Amino acid sequence: MARRAEITLDLRRLVGRWTLRSAGHAGRFTYLFIDMLRGLAEWRIYLPRTFEQATGVGFGSLFIVLLVAGFAGAVTSLQAGYQFTGTLPLYYAGAVISESMILELGPVLTGLILAGRIGARYAAELGTMRVTEQIDALESLGRSPISHLLLPRVLAGLLVVPALTMFANGMGLFVGWITAKQSLGITDADFTYGARFFFRPLDLWYSLIKSYWFAGAVTVIPCYIGYNTQQGAEGVGRAATTAVVAASVSILLLDVVITKLLLGK
Amino acid sequence: MIQLSDIHKRFLDNVVLDGVSLEVRDGETLALLGPSGVGKSVTLKMINGLLRPDAGDVVVDGLHVQRLKRGELSELRSRIGYVFQYGALFDSDTVAENIRLGITDETCYSDDGYCADRVRECLRLVNLAPDVAEKYPAELSGGMKKRVGIARAIAGKPKYLLYDEPTSGLDPVNADVIDGLVERLRDELGVTSVVVSHDVRGSFRVADRVALLWQSKIRAVGTPEQILGSRDAAVLQFLERDLEMSLIQAESVANVRKDGS
Repeated sequence: MARRAEITLDLRRLVGRWTLRSAGHAGRFTYLFIDMLRGLAEWRIYLPRTFEQATGVGFGSLFIVLLVAGFAGAVTSLQAGYQFTGTLPLYYAGAVISESMILELGPVLTGLILAGRIGARYAAELGTMRVTEQIDALESLGRSPISHLLLPRVLAGLLVVPALTMFANGMGLFVGWITAKQSLGITDADFTYGARFFFRPLDLWYSLIKSYWFAGAVTVIPCYIGYNTQQGAEGVGRAATTAVVAASVSILLLDVVITKLLLGK
Repeated sequence: MIQLSDIHKRFLDNVVLDGVSLEVRDGETLALLGPSGVGKSVTLKMINGLLRPDAGDVVVDGLHVQRLKRGELSELRSRIGYVFQYGALFDSDTVAENIRLGITDETCYSDDGYCADRVRECLRLVNLAPDVAEKYPAELSGGMKKRVGIARAIAGKPKYLLYDEPTSGLDPVNADVIDGLVERLRDELGVTSVVVSHDVRGSFRVADRVALLWQSKIRAVGTPEQILGSRDAAVLQFLERDLEMSLIQAESVANVRKDGS
């Protein structure tokens, strides 16, 4: 009896603690987001740093994004061939490859890669700055860490992620096309016919809209986590892994929500 | 003037400050002494609003720090230079860029020449050569990092300077250099300073008055002579504990000088 009461009490404590922690995070995240919106007025500070960050993050991520998109295009093409040969006209492969890349693989794979690459980088950078008192130093100089550190990173992501997504779409399509030509023997005319037959301008908009939301997820969440890092080197490591997991899960969740809102019936 | 009145602060169950009251007069240097982990740095961070007390009042230049809005606090902070324990330099920026961040003057945005002159002037004040400006913090020694931290803190021509353990982690020779620098900045710039330290010898050298923070409370305040003459058991215990370290340091300095000559 006493044991059961103890377990119930522990469970209630656990739920209570979790609720309080979640509410704390929600509150701090909201305040940080409002601070970022307020900080937008200080363009003189964040704009030069934004371009610096965008260059670093954009060029640094281009190779891995194109590589993964290329492989995704090739695999989609091979799987389309495996499933369609003998059952559907070959030009369907063009439609499947282009629609898969633009609607799903391009934005989601790019988002997930960047969640690892940008997310871990931002969380580790800001986390290190927090534990080595660099953020406190900025504040003590009367400078805003939001406009000096956070806004440049978030805005750089918003500039770079959609662009990288479009490159990934193009690369996936291109490699998929080449693979389909080699393995399925599809003609250029059939491929472009299939790709155009099912394509709607909304598809590209949908891809772009998703990439902006994913850009928000891979920048704002790691920035929040890094900014609130505690407990030295261990805390920085924890912040980096938490940021990657949180950003990746957010991307998958956003994928479902945006698809339901834009394409769902 | 800096005034702390009945300050209370706790982190979870750990009571750090319990009714601390302190006053730093304009132009004076006050050393806040105490053993490690007693809340000296917490007190210092409350002066420029990096931490908020649970209860009590912090007044700087007639302004109640906790009641200030964001813009007002930034404005106040631009009048307070803060030297961090480990320098807290931005490691991806050069020394010059670090110091530039401390220049709060709007002219800096439009006049690069003004900024470069100010950076050179700050480096001169902390006895560093102009060519250090282009180096990165990783290329500097511990003592140089501390000096760059001080240069950044004075770049905005502050009225107040807060030093958080300026000599910790330094060898006795470099600690002496930093202590000399604290004295020199007080004389040349006329700033009001608070020096947090657990080094009795250095603090007595630089301070006009000394306060001892002991078990979450201010145990004694007075001139170095008054503190040395105190019969308070806690003061005696703290001074005796530090005496041995001072002797070791003095011996070490003497050895270094002997080797050098």
